[in-house]
Amino acid sequence: MSKNHSTKLFEPSLVKEALRQSFVKLNPRIMLRNPVMFTVEIGTAIMLGMCIWIFAGEKAQGSFAYNLAIFLILLITVLFANFAEAIAEARGKAQADSLRKTRQDTPAKKIFPIGEMYVDEVKIVPSAQLEKGDHFICEAGDTIPMDGEIIKGIATIDESAITGESAPVIREAGGDKSSVTGGTRVLSDKIVVKVTTSPGESFLDKMIALVEGASRQKTPNEIALTILLASFTIIFLIVCVTLKPFADYANTPITIAAFVSLYVCLIPTTIGGLLSAIGIAGMDRALRANVITKSGKAVETAGDLDVLLLDKTGTITIGNRKATNFYPANGVDEKLFIETSVLSSLADETPEGKSIVELGKLNPASFNAHNSKFIKFTAETRSSGMDMIDGTKVRKGAFDSIRNLVVKAGNPFPTETEERVKIIASNGGTPLVVSRNNIALGVVELQDIIKPGIQERFERLRKMGVKTVMVTGDNPLTAKFIAEKAGVDDFIAEAKPEDKMNYIQKEQQGGKLVAMMGDGTNDAPALAQADVGVAMNSGTAAAKEAGNMVDLDNDPTKLIEIVEIGKQLLMTRGTLTTFSIANDVAKYFAIVPALFIVSIPGLQSLNIMYLKSAESAILSAVIFNAIIIPFLIPLALKGVAYKPIGASALLRRNLLIYGLGGLIAPFIGIKLIDMLLALFM
Amino acid sequence: MNTELTGIIVTFIITVLLAFPLGKYIAKVFSGEKTFLDFMKPVEHLIYRICGINPAQEMSWKQFLKAMLTINMLWLVYAFFMFLYQAHLPLNPDGNPNMTADLSFNTAISFVVNCDLQHYSGESGATYLTQLFVITFLQFVSAATGIACLVALFNGLKEKTTNNLGNFWSIFTKTITRILLPLCIVVAILLAFNGSPASYDGKDTIVTMQGDTVQVSRGPAAGMIAIKHLGTNGGGWFGANSAHPLENPNYFTNMLEVIGQVLIPMAMLFALGFYIKRKKFAYVIFGVMTMGILCLLIPTVISEIHGNPEIAKMGIAQATGAMEGKEVRFGPAASGYWSILTTVISTGSVNSMHDSSMPVSGLMQMLGMLVNGFYGGCGVGFLNYFIYIIIAVFISGLMVGRTPEFMGHKVEAREVKIAALVTLLSAFIVKGGAALATYYFVNHGNADWAVKPNAWLNNPGYHGFSEILYEFTSGNANNGSGFEGLGDNNIFWNVSTGFAMIFGRFLPIIGPVAIIGLMANKKYVPESAGTLKVDSLTFGMMTFAVIIIITALSYFPPLVLGPIAEYFSIH
Repeated sequence: MSKNHSTKLFEPSLVKEALRQSFVKLNPRIMLRNPVMFTVEIGTAIMLGMCIWIFAGEKAQGSFAYNLAIFLILLITVLFANFAEAIAEARGKAQADSLRKTRQDTPAKKIFPIGEMYVDEVKIVPSAQLEKGDHFICEAGDTIPMDGEIIKGIATIDESAITGESAPVIREAGGDKSSVTGGTRVLSDKIVVKVTTSPGESFLDKMIALVEGASRQKTPNEIALTILLASFTIIFLIVCVTLKPFADYANTPITIAAFVSLYVCLIPTTIGGLLSAIGIAGMDRALRANVITKSGKAVETAGDLDVLLLDKTGTITIGNRKATNFYPANGVDEKLFIETSVLSSLADETPEGKSIVELGKLNPASFNAHNSKFIKFTAETRSSGMDMIDGTKVRKGAFDSIRNLVVKAGNPFPTETEERVKIIASNGGTPLVVSRNNIALGVVELQDIIKPGIQERFERLRKMGVKTVMVTGDNPLTAKFIAEKAGVDDFIAEAKPEDKMNYIQKEQQGGKLVAMMGDGTNDAPALAQADVGVAMNSGTAAAKEAGNMVDLDNDPTKLIEIVEIGKQLLMTRGTLTTFSIANDVAKYFAIVPALFIVSIPGLQSLNIMYLKSAESAILSAVIFNAIIIPFLIPLALKGVAYKPIGASALLRRNLLIYGLGGLIAPFIGIKLIDMLLALFM
Repeated sequence: MNTELTGIIVTFIITVLLAFPLGKYIAKVFSGEKTFLDFMKPVEHLIYRICGINPAQEMSWKQFLKAMLTINMLWLVYAFFMFLYQAHLPLNPDGNPNMTADLSFNTAISFVVNCDLQHYSGESGATYLTQLFVITFLQFVSAATGIACLVALFNGLKEKTTNNLGNFWSIFTKTITRILLPLCIVVAILLAFNGSPASYDGKDTIVTMQGDTVQVSRGPAAGMIAIKHLGTNGGGWFGANSAHPLENPNYFTNMLEVIGQVLIPMAMLFALGFYIKRKKFAYVIFGVMTMGILCLLIPTVISEIHGNPEIAKMGIAQATGAMEGKEVRFGPAASGYWSILTTVISTGSVNSMHDSSMPVSGLMQMLGMLVNGFYGGCGVGFLNYFIYIIIAVFISGLMVGRTPEFMGHKVEAREVKIAALVTLLSAFIVKGGAALATYYFVNHGNADWAVKPNAWLNNPGYHGFSEILYEFTSGNANNGSGFEGLGDNNIFWNVSTGFAMIFGRFLPIIGPVAIIGLMANKKYVPESAGTLKVDSLTFGMMTFAVIIIITALSYFPPLVLGPIAEYFSIH
């Protein structure tokens, strides 16, 4: 679903719904939420009154057609603004609906502790009837009806409905991988799940409510911007009201239509009309990136992040450590060494062991390992291996444990291997020494594989001003090596869960905003403490509850995208405000000469656009003011592109495009509209 | 280059050369470092002891403003009653009468708020006592009030997180003892040696070369003329202000006075850089302000030097430029320079009659007062500019994708609300006032209280509109200069401009101090690569753009009906 979401901005079905909503939103009580556009609606109502008055015989207020035209254009302006908000809502809703669809009317095998006939009776009920705390069973082929936590069993689960990732994942009771999401499908085995959310209160439900606008709270930045826009609106109201006595002084009658037009053109309708659409679209973009947010504020905060805490494994490095090199001791046949190494790992199911087999490139079937005794790794021996049927003992393990083994048996430990062990360790790798019958054969190097392209992503973050911190259980030396190689700015080595917490608090005390990703229950306090806590969807319910975002893809690098979405959100507001205000200059040059041209002919020199007549000038300005809104809807929905080029360069760039552009565009636009109008008037 | 232009360039350079070390000195004074005027300490301690001040007491922004407003209120009451009963008080050798209640109201406010709008003429409307112990006194304390409030802002910027903006009383006292008084003594002596009167004698009688007998007013004027400029007050001893030959005798005193009025506002910018240790920030602001002034100054000087096109149409050569309303000893360039500096800096003293300036000059003078933050008045100039900074920070912060922050403090809804309110206020006062005046002129021109219509406006039409607009602009900006030609000593003008001045003074002080108080209380956010650098040239230009756009957009229509219409009507 997510990977192939529609890229079309104006899906016909959504447009239809949005058009309907545009009219519904004309309700003054709904309009009141947006003070700027509300005043335009009042202006529209005044113009409607003017039309009626003129129809009834008033002569001094211009022609009926002219007043009607102004009325219609103003109405369209309001509708355009409503449409922008409605289409953003519709898109978010469509996105959320497709997620929600996956979980509706799923039959659930609910467990009734005391049933009609038995204890723990299983009965099929619709998923909507599941309450928080209920238990249900899912078997192979079932769709999980509700978010929950596995309390019994293990299962492979297809989460592609949510994440778009086709590879199945394993979820089991206990531990950090116990969470299942409604809508995903069990592929094998049987699990018992406890419902963790009440119906209508799941993350998804919250998110849907947010994008639908019903429970959307304005974010602090949005509130501040609304205040600024309101004050601009009042300033222009003062301009228009005081113009009346000024005009009387200059013996210039000005029609009501002209006053209303001037007012509507001057107030920041462009940003006012698009403001809520921008906010909704921001959350929608997060959703498209498969991130569910609990509030719009979280997305905005993401744009301000200073510090990012990332787990090493899976984020910076690919999964687990991998064998990268075989280093046989002097005089040892390389083939024998590799063979032994592979043999020692043959029965080893750990990713490290598998990677040695992989690197050895030998066919496991070629070994006669049947009936061999597998020696498991224990904390005491710190080695593992195999006792072959012919009596051969192969072992691999930590340097000191194998050396003990070797030395105890009276064999010398090769110095070059000891050297190599040190080199590997200092390069951030893990050395595994291999022995055969208590003779050290050499050392296998295991290395973290840094994810390709991760350095560039960290560089990009650095340019955004975000510091990256790697969290790892490795020793400081290894951690430092990987940190340097991956290009992170800092690291926490030998990290315990509380270390994360402490680090976050320390940074926050310094005034910084910190984000982290986590999935385990022991991450929950840190997720809650962080300004932006992103929980993996695969994580525990506690983690998800503690964070303020959930990443459906379980992709730790997602934070980078979230930061960009947050920044885009603010930038789109800032640039469109600038654009909107800069537009006023041209509108003044269109309208003001038009108002006074009769009584002060000298002001013709201010008509620098050479607009045809006073009426055409005013109409052109109002029309431009209206149609610029739909022109900018795509920008509002997609967001202004963020480029990590440093704040000053970014400001210059945006000022040039939206400031200067906003200054020039309306001169051209109004002139063109005037030329077009001249054909009819 | 001709001498006139050289004269103003040299004047400007000298100003900068003096302001820089003065700024350094001011920063030292307020950060408590050693200065050569430390011998004033006992005097200050005596003042603290007499007044029961504890100079070490810390003040939050609320306490600071409370102290400032209380003492200002006291001065207002004191001044009002002094003007009301001045005829019966001593030091009135010329026997000048009491002021009427509405004139007292206007004049008391005018001087308390550092505006110095004068609806009376100094020679005949005030006594030596009120000139010295009310007007000159207020010229000191009002300037010190502005500077003290700016120092509070500096304190808020200096500390990462603080609740303490400094002690109002101690900053205020030091401003007078360490800055205003010493500078005034120097300037006053220079003025006295150049011919400004400094005596308590009454009118002198002289016989002119034509044989007429003329009564010449005089008095202890030199000291007042010094503080009038240094404190960016502008209220003259004589009605003709610095166009009067005794108030501004020659080109040297002209330079001295115009340098004097720019000196402290400019020095405060440098002081900002030294005090909060962000010199680049101060230099960028200095650059932006200077650029703004040049934008106003160049068209003015050009239009004045080119003379009046209406006179040119009559076939009269104007070799010396537009000389109507100007003093021959200064000429159009120096007069144009002064007229712009005195309007951008809220001084409002004049060495030529602005009413006679060319329309372009009138436009530029009004723009200077509408912006009111290019250098600006003592202390209040940067406070006004700070409001523009907050708006610029907010918009450009959003534009770079970060919650707006200024010097490590987030700018949020409350700060924006205050900044928006202050911006709104001046638009409301200026346009609301002018609208009220034009409404009365059109509909009730013959009301009983009013000076009859023919005296209301000497010049009807566009120029008359400019006079009305100028009066409110000047009052709101606390500038005090007038586009005379307005019958302004009547109840309408006294009361309306009185309110314009008092609101135009205190809200733009309360606003920025409250903003800095709120911000300084917040958690300090260290800078990162994503933070907008407020000391960059880019941000400087952004602030400039915000100033231009806000001013142009909110005042375009009235300016079109006034000076712009007048310009097109004579060209």
